[in-house]
Amino acid sequence: MTTTEHAAETAGGPPPAVAASGITKRFPGGVVANDDVHLELRAGEVHALLGENGAGKSTLSNVLTGLYRPDAGDLWIHGRLTELHSPRDAIDAGIGMVHQHFRLVAPFTVAENVVLGERSPFRRREAEERVRALGERYRLPVDPTARIWQLSVGQQQRVEILKALDRDARILILDEPTAVLTPQESEALFEVMRAMADEGRAVLFISHKLDEVLAVSDRVTVLRDARNVGTVTTADVDTRELARMMVGREVALGRARTGRAPAPANGARPPALVLDGVGADDDRGCPALHDVTLTVAAGEVLGVCGVAGNGQRELAEVVGGIRRATAGTVTVAGERLRKADPRVAHAAGVAHVPEDRLHTGTAPSLSVEDNLALLAHRRPPLSAGPFLRRSRIRARALELMARFGVKAPGPTTPVRLLSGGNVQKVLLARELSSDPALVVAASPTRGLDVGAIESVRATILAAADAGAGVLLISEDLDEVLDLSDRVAVMYEGRIVGVVDRDEADVTELGLLMGGATLAEVGP
Amino acid sequence: MIRLERRVETPRWLDVAVPLASFVAALVVGGLVLQLTGHSALGTYERIVERALTSDGALSGTLVAATPLLFTGLAAAVAFRMNVFNIGGEGQLVLGAIAASGAGLALEGRPGWLIIGAMVVAGAAAGAAWAAIPGALRAFTGTNEIITSLMLNYVAANLATYLIFGSRSFWRSLEGSGATFPTGKRLPPEASWPSLELGGVVVPFGFLLGVAGAVVLLVVLRATRFGFAMRVVADAPAAARYAGIRGRRVVLGVMALSGAAAGIGGASNIGDTRHVLDPRGLNQAGYGYAGIVVAALARLNPVAVVFVSIVMGGLANAGRALQGPDFPAGLVGTLQGLLLVFTLGGEVFARYRIRRARTVHEAHAGAPPPPTAEVTA
Repeated sequence: MTTTEHAAETAGGPPPAVAASGITKRFPGGVVANDDVHLELRAGEVHALLGENGAGKSTLSNVLTGLYRPDAGDLWIHGRLTELHSPRDAIDAGIGMVHQHFRLVAPFTVAENVVLGERSPFRRREAEERVRALGERYRLPVDPTARIWQLSVGQQQRVEILKALDRDARILILDEPTAVLTPQESEALFEVMRAMADEGRAVLFISHKLDEVLAVSDRVTVLRDARNVGTVTTADVDTRELARMMVGREVALGRARTGRAPAPANGARPPALVLDGVGADDDRGCPALHDVTLTVAAGEVLGVCGVAGNGQRELAEVVGGIRRATAGTVTVAGERLRKADPRVAHAAGVAHVPEDRLHTGTAPSLSVEDNLALLAHRRPPLSAGPFLRRSRIRARALELMARFGVKAPGPTTPVRLLSGGNVQKVLLARELSSDPALVVAASPTRGLDVGAIESVRATILAAADAGAGVLLISEDLDEVLDLSDRVAVMYEGRIVGVVDRDEADVTELGLLMGGATLAEVGP
Repeated sequence: MIRLERRVETPRWLDVAVPLASFVAALVVGGLVLQLTGHSALGTYERIVERALTSDGALSGTLVAATPLLFTGLAAAVAFRMNVFNIGGEGQLVLGAIAASGAGLALEGRPGWLIIGAMVVAGAAAGAAWAAIPGALRAFTGTNEIITSLMLNYVAANLATYLIFGSRSFWRSLEGSGATFPTGKRLPPEASWPSLELGGVVVPFGFLLGVAGAVVLLVVLRATRFGFAMRVVADAPAAARYAGIRGRRVVLGVMALSGAAAGIGGASNIGDTRHVLDPRGLNQAGYGYAGIVVAALARLNPVAVVFVSIVMGGLANAGRALQGPDFPAGLVGTLQGLLLVFTLGGEVFARYRIRRARTVHEAHAGAPPPPTAEVTA
């Protein structure tokens, strides 16, 4: 399509900011995470990198930032063959990374975080002034004297970007930067990305949201199964085509609940969850939930959206029996939970899929079969008295792996070696195998690739169809809208509105998430 | 320029090759030290092997020296595996010795099997209880168990000293020479632990008990619900909490298990060798700290602890035999120290790879970058 044209440009013009060629990275156990991968990132463009987690997107960005050394392949930065041995080398080569999970020191100020790691002596005034000027120039307003823990997630992200800009990174890599933002914040971020590209910087945008990739990027490189699928000019493709490139087949995304009858007003079954006036404190002992009253009917998906840190985690933990409610009552399938104890909650029928799937949902160094037995190992048939019955644990693991489509070398593979999608499948298999009355799922598809998102969503909806109530907590508004029957918005620990999915409007929900009231938003 | 890079995974063969290479390196450097101090390296090593293994009764002496290290090694290994850092094996062993000698003295006149059984149980219980103090502090108040278990070692040492030197306690002998010079009461002959003779080698009962303990610990870790809970808590405390595993109980249980192992070590020290509560001897031996070394060398594997304790016991045994006017005790300590430094230092090679490379090198001038794959969708 554009091969010759681009090749001509490349030969005539300046060399690309980054040219990775033939990058191959193998991990022990025979996993090839990058197999002869090529990437050309030009100065002045926003370049999107799409691909499945298992397919090497993260590996490639780790190679570009010096965390991993490739087993084969060359990296050319501004036309110079470069070897990166550490993140330090990458910084010196002008590569800045904005990680999905921020690398900020919470008790430090914004200015301190920005200059952290510089080798010159620290002059507070000067640093603060520099950060202020930089913020104004790129329209990334943030108070340089504020401490990180006082900032919202969106503001923290700005600090990460300022950090890279302060080092005059000519090459910026943003890893799933919109995952934690409201739609409005994402829009603002896209403008910043465009401004940086217009200045001649090269911006690599890693995302799994196809519409965002289409909205902001100039070109897209798609990876699948550790290999290049191709690089295309964004203007020439649409969502469907990108999804097909990424997954290798047609995918059905979006409006997954379309055509489904609204939540059945099922008189025979008690509601899956009734929260009445629930309050709870956060880890520091400050009130995080205020008077939360919600009902999830059996077979219904109730989506809870809100910007991260507005009480969603505490809500999930109260229902899961991990956090004590300071006020109100929690009733699961007609049974009131009188004690904050995950065993009690589980016995009442709560399945919990926590947000941090690798470290909270699973024990990452333990095998797949052990993780699948995490709850059931206490009782027969998986144990007899104090002893485990290893053969039954394995047989059950193999059965669940087949049923939930977990792809792993074997039941004894440590979970941390699996891709994000497969970790989530292990987690879902364990939690859903007990036929729960209520499924609490927090950001269940965050960071997953399209193929895995599709299957995780299908699994959750299947649980709802089988009669479970689902409390879906997610910052991804599109996901909430796609899966839910009703949508509740949380802001500062309160439910500020509950609307039927069909009446929900993205702008309206975005405003509610930002703190507006239903009356202000109005229909 | 030399750089260290973290390995993502440690290949299996390195798990064996690195400790072996470290052992050889320690021998080579130790040999240099011996040569420089005017001793023959090969001759010394030959004598060590002879005194630790091959000469008459040498292996028996080695096993006697290895027994307390085996118990404290197991105590450290089981706790450290769980990321519970019990540095208190020393104090737990002393408490085990106090309780076991108390039981042995109290049951005088009863049948031997009863006395010996009671000594083992009392030693285990006292060690477990002593370890449960830092365990409970860690579980319920979040106190650092390294500090508390270490401090309790001094309390235990002073308690034993007080019982013999500072009071007219049940343990202190007040008759005969004991009236003038403080010593402990001797345990009745029935309280002496039996030994097993295997092809000319005398194996102390305590050593057999320790080997059995290693096997039990391995089974607990691998095949029980408690071991499962231990592994989950150690790997992901949050996941354990979400799965309803009682993390505090597990931490407390691990501490008690670890303390019980060290406590039986104390009981064995009374029953197998000393037959009297001897605070000075116990405090000088430093079995608890040596056990941490044993556990580290064994990479926290209970079965490997058995073998490492024999090696360390052999060195200690040979050291006693070698030392004299021509061969200062410090030289044996130096050899042991080198062994530890090289083995722990060798871990670097198992976890990191070493690269020699320059950071950035210039591409040949003017060469265009390689073409990137440009594929149509």
